[in-house]
Amino acid sequence: MPILNYLWVIPALPLLGSALNGLLGAKWPNKVVSAVAVGSTGLAFLGAIEAVREFLQLPPEQIPYVKPFFTWITAGDFRAGFDLQVDHLTVVMLMVVTGVGWLIHIYSMGYMAHEGGYYRFFSYLNLFMFFMLILVLAGNYVLLFVGWEGVGLSSYLLIGFYFLRKSAADAGKKAFIVNRIGDFGFMLGMFLLYRTFSTLDFVPLFSKAAPLPPDAFGHLGTLTIASLLLFMGACGKSAQLPLYVWLPDAMEGPTPVSALIHAATMVTAGVYVVARSHVLFTHAPTGMFVVAIVGCATALFAATIGLVQTDIKRVLAYSTVSQLGYMFLACGVGAFSAGIFHLMTHAFFKALLFLAAGSVIHAMGGEQDMQRMGGLSKKIRWTYLTMLTATLAIAGFPPFAGFFSKDSILLNAFQSERGGHILYGIGLFTALLTSFYMFRLIFLTFHGKPRFDEHKVHVHESPKSMLVPLMILAVLSLIGGWMAAPAFWGQTDYFTKFLEPVFAAGTAGEAAATEAAAHALETPLAIVAVITALIGLAIAFWLYIRQPGKPEALAKSLRPIYTTLLHKYYVDELYAAVIVKPLLWISRNVLWQTVDVRVIDGSVNGIARGATEVGDGVRHTQSGNIRSYAVWVVIGAIVIIAIIFWPILRPAAVGMVR
Amino acid sequence: MVPTHYFVILSAVLFGLGVIAFIFKRNIIAVFMAIELMLNAVNLAFVAFSQLWHRLDGQVFVLFVIVVAAAEAAVGLGIIILIFHNRQSLNVERIDQLKL
Repeated sequence: MPILNYLWVIPALPLLGSALNGLLGAKWPNKVVSAVAVGSTGLAFLGAIEAVREFLQLPPEQIPYVKPFFTWITAGDFRAGFDLQVDHLTVVMLMVVTGVGWLIHIYSMGYMAHEGGYYRFFSYLNLFMFFMLILVLAGNYVLLFVGWEGVGLSSYLLIGFYFLRKSAADAGKKAFIVNRIGDFGFMLGMFLLYRTFSTLDFVPLFSKAAPLPPDAFGHLGTLTIASLLLFMGACGKSAQLPLYVWLPDAMEGPTPVSALIHAATMVTAGVYVVARSHVLFTHAPTGMFVVAIVGCATALFAATIGLVQTDIKRVLAYSTVSQLGYMFLACGVGAFSAGIFHLMTHAFFKALLFLAAGSVIHAMGGEQDMQRMGGLSKKIRWTYLTMLTATLAIAGFPPFAGFFSKDSILLNAFQSERGGHILYGIGLFTALLTSFYMFRLIFLTFHGKPRFDEHKVHVHESPKSMLVPLMILAVLSLIGGWMAAPAFWGQTDYFTKFLEPVFAAGTAGEAAATEAAAHALETPLAIVAVITALIGLAIAFWLYIRQPGKPEALAKSLRPIYTTLLHKYYVDELYAAVIVKPLLWISRNVLWQTVDVRVIDGSVNGIARGATEVGDGVRHTQSGNIRSYAVWVVIGAIVIIAIIFWPILRPAAVGMVR
Repeated sequence: MVPTHYFVILSAVLFGLGVIAFIFKRNIIAVFMAIELMLNAVNLAFVAFSQLWHRLDGQVFVLFVIVVAAAEAAVGLGIIILIFHNRQSLNVERIDQLKL
């Protein structure tokens, strides 16, 4: 029974788990709840592996494999079906989502063991898995949008998991509302695509779009506008400038949620959509350029904020924004496979970083401020080692995964035709910052002297269910990039080759031409990148290990810059002043006080009061005196007679007036 | 032969007088008589049209009206006597209990 024919089973399993836990879990013991949740996700993972195995044996003419299950919407020519699609890009996403998702489910068993609402947490988490799988398996934009909105919903539910805390509830709302802005663009993009191509199914749409001539650079053609609108949606979901503000706040959710949704999977959906729509983007050089610039700017911008944050999860949040910027930079310069490659490695090491940070927080009994940590390396050795692995990976040290993916992005940026060297320079500088803030995190947390009361805080290593996922992810962070290693000895890397069937249409021509040049550049650029990462490490080492008082002195001497960074460039304050305040003012004074109170309530109450007053006036006609009733009867009779005889009487009446 | 419209005009005049009397008279007996006047005005019109069209329907109706009027007179006078017993007055303006 080939599972490819029953592809719907893979997303349906977590949905079933979610339904069971959500409806019945309240009365179940934690063990049953976690068995259902982890079991359903694990089965989905196994199903995904089997589906991938079968997919890889398909003959090339059957790829992409599209399987319609039922028709969801029909209206005239329009059809949106529950069609699931598998191609090489889906395979990568499928493995990342189910694999990392499963590990995080296992981790959550330990992490959430002492929390209230255990069943609720797993129900939401499984619901997220369902929608994310729909998103990556969808065969048309409409179904993809279902998953897209669904993950947004689960993200909202999970950010606000501790809903009694106002900041958490607010953060959930913020994430939801900011995402709406992006979704607005996404929907407009879909409408435009349908208007242009009369279909939203990926395969026919892209085959119709592929032969079209690309728009000229700087010219806003249909494809450029469509791709920019889709990118607007991606900006919201993937937390790019200017819609990134929700992601740091999203850290209010439980740490496994930050790892799964706000680092590894959901926030990469934007990158996935851009990569999925690569045919549109390659036809829109302006769109590509915008993607590259936004990605690059976000990478730098978020990294600078990350330099000064003291909350361990916020550092990682800004780091996520920054790394997502890298992925968009890769897509923007046409290196979609490099972007997806970084998406994958990032899923490994960033999930690991968050989970390890969760382990640290667990060990510290809920403390998240790095200024009150320090010297933990000996006490929680496994957490330390795994987190160090992830840090080496994200900073880009060989042979860890991040090195290969980041190197591939920087190489492609360097070779890009438009502003390639500037993009490369910014990317490289961001790599330096990344290395610095990540090692700052490591040094502040694990090294130096403890800055907390050792008698009060009982530091303890986390349970096995938390450590095992950490170790697996650590191994993946180490070896996850090796697929790209052959690039260094002059062969095409396996990952790019693997994704070639998907991205070949867009990149085939230039790939061959620049291949030779790329190999010549590969090694020098890699050496530069490693040196940059080392500089970042050295600065962090010097500032936080050698001269522990130095950072404060530095902060004092650079006070304006420091406070600006600490307040995240006052972007939240700016948005509050420019958008939120006026909106609130309009809502309160125009919509509430005027439209609602005056117009709507006023008209309803006015009609009621009018009826009362008319009734009050007419009431007096019921005098009880028969003769007054008789007068009304006579008047009525006269009126009726007048109406009946009007055709006869009119000439006379008109004649009288004349 | 008297033209039909003479009858109709007379009937309308009688009916109008009945209406005016009904509205302006205070004595309940007079009001009652006004009703009778209106009924008979209508009877007159019926008979006149019956003769005009040479059909008997109108005359049958007149017989009905006379029967109903007789019954009404019996019931109505009974009610009037009861009202007078209870109130010692036949002034219509004081009989205004017919309201909520």
